[in-house]
Amino acid sequence: MAKMSLEQLRKLREEKKQDLTRREVEGKEIQIIVGMGTCGIAAGAKETFDAVVKAVEEKGLGEQVIIRQTGCMGLCYVEPTVEVVKPGMPTVIYGKMTKDVAKDLVAKHLVEGKLLDDHIFDRPAADIMKK
Amino acid sequence: MHYALCDYVLDIVQNAVEAGARNVGIEFAESGESTSVSVSDDGRGMTAEERERALDPFYSDGTKHHRRKVGLGLPFLAQAAAQAGGSWSVESRKGEGTTVAFRFPKGNVDCPPTGDVPGLFLAALSLPGGHEMAIRRVRAAAGGGSSEYRLRRSELAEAVGGLERASSLALLRDYLESQEED
Repeated sequence: MAKMSLEQLRKLREEKKQDLTRREVEGKEIQIIVGMGTCGIAAGAKETFDAVVKAVEEKGLGEQVIIRQTGCMGLCYVEPTVEVVKPGMPTVIYGKMTKDVAKDLVAKHLVEGKLLDDHIFDRPAADIMKK
Repeated sequence: MHYALCDYVLDIVQNAVEAGARNVGIEFAESGESTSVSVSDDGRGMTAEERERALDPFYSDGTKHHRRKVGLGLPFLAQAAAQAGGSWSVESRKGEGTTVAFRFPKGNVDCPPTGDVPGLFLAALSLPGGHEMAIRRVRAAAGGGSSEYRLRRSELAEAVGGLERASSLALLRDYLESQEED
């Protein structure tokens, strides 16, 4: 990849905007919040953040998904932690969300609308869980 | 402990942003012999006493996490630098800001790997807030000597349409990776 200029970056953004068949995203935005406290960083949260960005883009959901960072969510023993807020699904904090699991998160939770039961550490009621 | 030098840097940058800084400056310089980094901010700063306490892993001021008793960011850095024969410094003035600087010699067996520099800048630039962030990256050039590039958060945010949407972050990732090319 050749070194890109800011002008080329702006142009790419414009091309991308025009290429996109803009979906109606109002009220349908998905939020992914990555815990980036010292505990998260030590457990690989930076790589998780990166993997989420790539996986979301690969699945063509880039315009629909907001990715934010926050500090420690208080679940240091299962870092990296990721909170997912998707309309129509329970809000979930997932733990042990390494970069490889982050790809599953995008494929299953975001695309298929299924929870990753083995990684849920907060929020959904017991009756939502499959086991 | 963190795995890579980039992880130490991100931890320190997060401290700077959370200290209410309006401006954050990062210098990340790599030569064949060493890696030198400084992170400066104009956030709330620390008194001499608070600075000493910040180096104690079993102290936290409790503002980030109620009732938490540990604060590991700076202690991790100090320990890693000491183990690898490197150096570190924390200069801070209450109400004016803080500068954290460190240097690791690459030849030491305990020197952590550099890590993913574009990934570090992506995470640092997209930390939430309305602050400005200026990054200067210097590295050894392939043909000898050194090369450098600079990044400014406000310019990049304007170019990719904000720093929260996944599509914008993916574009920014490509841009940051391309800056590492000679």
